Amino acid sequence: MTASGMKHTRRRKKGVSYVKWGYIFLIPFFLIYTIFSLAPLLSTFYNSFFENFMSGLKQIGPTFVGFENYVKIFTEGDLLKYAENTLIIWIMGFVPQIIVSLLLASWFTDIRLRLKAQGFFKTIIYMPNLIMASAFAMLFFALFSDYGPVNSILQSMGLLDSPFRFLSSVWGTRGLIALMNFLMWFGNTTILLMAGIMGIDTTLYEAAEVDGAKPSQTFWKITIPLLKPILLYVMITSMIGGIQMFDVPQILTNAKGTPNRTTMTLIMYLNKHLYSKNYGMAGALSVILFIITAILSLVVFFSLTKKDD
Amino acid sequence: MKKKVMSVVLAASMLAGMTMSAVPAAAAEEEGKVLNIYCWNEEFQSRYMDYFDAKGLLPEGVTVNWVITPNENNGYQDKLDETLLNQENADADDKIDIFLIEADYALKYVDSEYTLDVKNDIGLTDEDLKDQYKYTQDIATDSNGALKGVTWQATPGLFAYRRSIAKDVLGTDDPDEVQAALADWTKFEEVAAKAAEKGYKMLSGYDDAYRTFSNNVSGPWVDEDLNVVVDENLMNWVDQTKSFTDNGYNNKTALWADGWNADQGPDGKVFGFFYSTWGINFTLLGNSLETPVDAGGKEEVGNGAFGDWAVCEGPQNYYWGGTWICAAKDTDNPTLIHDIMYTLTCDPVTMKAITEDTQDYTNNQTAMGELADSDFQSAFLGGQNHIKLFAEAAPKIDMSNISPYDQGCNEEFQAAFKDYFDGNVEKEEALSNFYTAITEKYPELNTPE
Repeated sequence: MTASGMKHTRRRKKGVSYVKWGYIFLIPFFLIYTIFSLAPLLSTFYNSFFENFMSGLKQIGPTFVGFENYVKIFTEGDLLKYAENTLIIWIMGFVPQIIVSLLLASWFTDIRLRLKAQGFFKTIIYMPNLIMASAFAMLFFALFSDYGPVNSILQSMGLLDSPFRFLSSVWGTRGLIALMNFLMWFGNTTILLMAGIMGIDTTLYEAAEVDGAKPSQTFWKITIPLLKPILLYVMITSMIGGIQMFDVPQILTNAKGTPNRTTMTLIMYLNKHLYSKNYGMAGALSVILFIITAILSLVVFFSLTKKDD
Repeated sequence: MKKKVMSVVLAASMLAGMTMSAVPAAAAEEEGKVLNIYCWNEEFQSRYMDYFDAKGLLPEGVTVNWVITPNENNGYQDKLDETLLNQENADADDKIDIFLIEADYALKYVDSEYTLDVKNDIGLTDEDLKDQYKYTQDIATDSNGALKGVTWQATPGLFAYRRSIAKDVLGTDDPDEVQAALADWTKFEEVAAKAAEKGYKMLSGYDDAYRTFSNNVSGPWVDEDLNVVVDENLMNWVDQTKSFTDNGYNNKTALWADGWNADQGPDGKVFGFFYSTWGINFTLLGNSLETPVDAGGKEEVGNGAFGDWAVCEGPQNYYWGGTWICAAKDTDNPTLIHDIMYTLTCDPVTMKAITEDTQDYTNNQTAMGELADSDFQSAFLGGQNHIKLFAEAAPKIDMSNISPYDQGCNEEFQAAFKDYFDGNVEKEEALSNFYTAITEKYPELNTPE
């Protein structure tokens, strides 16, 4: 072996690097992200500038129309109304959800309470989340229909003279949707909050106890302040989920957002454009929703990272 | 029995194959081996099985592939459109051969290149088609005058009333006398008031009378310049339904809802229902039974309200529903499609048999005329010959005001005004909600806003 050969192998040995494996292992993510997320996202932006829909079996367009679709959404469509519906229904579900979840999470993690059969209860409260949302909505549709079991029970108990028409009343329908969202998500939130509470140093609670703090004091003075980042995370993810609220009201109101379009959420409005395969309008609406969601995500990102400063 | 028929058919076809040149069989051999039929329920399937397949008319070696997609949320048309738009590139055995359409959206397909001309492409002759009701052909005729679809049924509408309630309210259940009491809308409303005094409801839901109004409009939903036009008669429906609701003349149900079905049952307190042909022998009969057929009940007097119904013309002439058979472009089974169309929609013997067996009203004026003049009786309608009333109503059906947008307009109009009847919105807001929904469905249409 020549000297140069020796030198060459030595250099190679010295230069051995595992960095490339890092990149190789990242490829699947970027590949899948590009194909299934980035490309559709970009094509949505592209589509939103065209007039492009089906009239019966005839294709209209695509014709470039600039920002006309956006103008139409803000002038003709009732975007704000649907945003308001979505927000109202989300708040109606989220407020009880966060209260009940906080209560349950603090009970489950309380070192003095030592609840028995915790595993059982944790499973039970998570259960509604396992039911498909559409099946859940169908169930409620049948239960709360004008001549359904809930009305017959209320009537036979003497609470009502004639059936209460839940699905023809604005707050009845909104209430049912909020109730379903609450039932489906409070278990999930409880588990998130429990993880947050268990991350808090128990010595703080012990010290507080020694100093004679009451349970309500430890809750408000220790748990809540230290839980703030988790609470914020829960709120923002739930809000993003709320913006995308679709399946429950869609099935419950048969895609109509009845009564008087007061339960029409943003995504249901988006779905309305599917009937005529209206890629232009649907694209423009999706872009608007993307921007709203992006802003919310940035808010959570900055508020979570600020803590480190 | 079925086996016997099958074996006879098989033996006959074998003999035919051995002894004769068998022109139809040879022709069929060149055609596709799979017949794809797209539809939304089992109604046509059962007609096909009972009156075409059971007769052994399907050439040997051909299989029929049923693709049934329910109508809900436009599911059927979405599926059909997707397949039709790919028809050219599909394998021969995957191409649609036959698909079914309804009156409300018939023009969408009739006025497209995806349907074949029944006369020039499929080969039905004017002689074959002469006994069909003209309106059934008008619906399926495109703007160039080509007939693109045929149907086995005509669907004139009548008013079906409960005999026992009519006796209580009007003192008679005789169809002629009840008809005299309901001859126009003013009289109809008077009877509604009388029925309410006795604790009955005139109609079940908001949409019950809709078709009688929407079939008697002065122009189509959409004019030549693509403007949506709400006809005055539709607003008459709105006003009447609002006053019926406020006066308690209806039960606030919706078509096909549980409460609506129950109102037609043994415990129903509703005077009557606007129903066309298929609705009476199929929906109303099924709903009227105390013990459903599935649960072992029999279709006979004594089972629920069976026999307690009768029909009269009602205040206005109308039609509701109907199913047309279309041949799809690029089909590889034109001869078989011709045979199916001929047997089920032109052959008087088959069509008379369908009416006699199922009480459905078939699209053959001569055969129906014979039944109308015969002593045909419907046990369900207390021995009434309702075919006679249908035969009188069918020729009066006027189809000149249909548009390709009828389905969406009718659906959204009823949905929007439900809020008005429920008291959630004022009339103007309901109308503007209707316009909003229409622009979402049909972006090309102009609305007054």
